[in-house]
Parts: sequence; structure tokens; C-alpha cells
Amino acid sequence: MSDAMRAETVQITGHGGDALEAYLAQPLDAAPTGGVVVIHHMPGYDEATKEITRRFAAHGYLAICPNLYTREAPGASPDDAAAAARAGGGVPDERLVGDVGGAVAYLRSFGSSNGKVATIGYCSGGRQSFLAACSLDLDAAVDCYGAFVLASPPEGLGRTVVSLADRVVDLSCPLLGLFGAEDQYPDPAEVGELERLLTEAGKEFEFHTYEGAGHAFFATDRPSYRPEAANEGWQRIWEFFGNHLARR
Amino acid sequence: MCTYQTTTLEMAGSGKGAQGWFAVTGASVYFDHPVHANAEHTLNIDLINPSRGAGARVAMELDPVAARALAEAILETLEAVPPGLLVSARPAGG
Repeated sequence: MSDAMRAETVQITGHGGDALEAYLAQPLDAAPTGGVVVIHHMPGYDEATKEITRRFAAHGYLAICPNLYTREAPGASPDDAAAAARAGGGVPDERLVGDVGGAVAYLRSFGSSNGKVATIGYCSGGRQSFLAACSLDLDAAVDCYGAFVLASPPEGLGRTVVSLADRVVDLSCPLLGLFGAEDQYPDPAEVGELERLLTEAGKEFEFHTYEGAGHAFFATDRPSYRPEAANEGWQRIWEFFGNHLARR
Repeated sequence: MCTYQTTTLEMAGSGKGAQGWFAVTGASVYFDHPVHANAEHTLNIDLINPSRGAGARVAMELDPVAARALAEAILETLEAVPPGLLVSARPAGG
């Protein structure tokens, strides 16, 4: 078995048939494998997110990160694109679902795909990963500290983010949730409420909350990075994907 | 967390970004994760001209205390302008 891999920018088809830029990382070993759609956070389709995408390929998975801001700022630097998208009101939920659906279909079209695909997202991407799992036929989903899955942002400025409480019943796959005990958005109470709704709906899920960690504890380029929680979290991710993305 | 709250407003004047000077037509103000500043959240200001593409942007990521001091300095400066000099092509509050 080879550990060779290739990572590159590709074009995929997203919501509405639109062409999207995406970053693909794939193991070159042709053994059948599962796929992971990496949903980038609000600051954008950036170096850190591409590193995460490569990490999944290094562990044997097909991985792709669609540039959710392709339409707003084609060819722009990630931070300029994020700013342009923010000024335009951000990514609508329906469009996100369509774009992730396009990425899922793209991975499933690979000859080396075993047909199983998961989503993973961090921060705003965590909420979007959950939304995608409630809207698409997936095999697994990971929500890393997604804020406003249930709660709504404080009143006032900017766009409204819709609560996904009534979408819990539509969850199509097992869900892994990774949270920091010191996080305020989502706080442990909101995480507890999501657990309650998932239990009530009879869904398969596994949540872990890490003491000494707050929001964005996976982010190696931020003051919020917590190595112990991040290392533990990655272990949970590998076990979870090993259980749900492997060919049976 | 990623915040979703963003104030957008029309703007008039010029800004100098990575591509040089350009006419500024809009601004976004928000409190969210910075890209460069070493903090979890900063007060971010983008002066933009969407018609010139996403790269036409003057970006700032400010410590919140510093941002408040800047806002107060802006208002103090405007208050201190001698009569007759404060000329704008736009109506106040427009």
C-alpha cells in the first residue's frame, strides 16, 4: 500500500449548476475509500483549511473543500473573498446545501470511491456540516463547535441565521460533535439541548466536550489552539470515520 | 465563534489597498475572527468598491479598545474642523 497523495485545485459543479473552485486531496493508492467534504469557516477557503483537507488524504480518504465564495470573488485571495461574501450577506443555507451536494457527488464519482461520504466543518462550518447532514444523504457528519445550530444570534445587525432545531429529525447519518467546555457559542447548555433533541429523535450521535478548551480549539494558527483537545479530537474523528466510511 | 453580525454602509472617498488607490463606495464593520491579528476576535473594517472586485479593499483588524479610541478620535476630529471646511458631497446620515 502506497502513501502517495496528490493535492490540487479543481472545478466542481455546485448549487444551480454553478462552477465552483475546490481543493481536492486524494490518496493515489487505488484502494476503495470513503470521502470527506471539508466545509470552510467564515474567514474562508484558506491555507489552514487546505492543510486540514490534505490531512484527510494522508489518512487514506478522498477529501475536497469547495470554495463557498467562488461566486462572490472568483480568483480573489481568501480574506478578500470572505470580506466580499460577508458584505453581500454571506452564504445562504440553500446554496450551501447545493454546493456540498455537488462536492459529495463529485467524490462519489471517483473510481476509488466506496460510495461513502462524510462532511466536516469547523465553527460556522460546523453548523453547515450539520445542516448538510439534515439535507443530504450522507454516511457521517462531524460538527466542530458549530455556533447557532439551535440558538439564534443576538438581535441587531446583519443577517439572520436560522435555527436548525426542527431539522434534527431529518439527520441522515451518524453525527460526531466536538466542543469546548469554555465555549460560549455554542455553550454547554446549547450542546446539551442538541443532545436531547437528537436522543428524542432516535438519532445516532457521539458528542465530546473538552475541558480547558473553548471555541476554535483545532485552529493551529489561532490563540485558541489547545493541543490536548485537538489531538484527542482528531483521534475521535479517525475512529468515527473508520467506523462509518470504511467499505463493509 | 464566527459572528454573523455585519454592518454595511455606503461610503464616499478614497482608500489605498494592495492594488493602490481606489474610490471607496462601501464599508463593512463587524466583530469577528481576524485573519492576521493575534486575537480571537477583532473589530474589523473593510473599505471596499465591489465594482472593482474583491481585491479593492482596505482591511483593518483592530483590538476593540483601540477601535473605540479610533472611533472617538474620528468624531473629535470632525467636531474640531473649522466652520465652512466640513464639506461633503453627501447629506449627513446619508
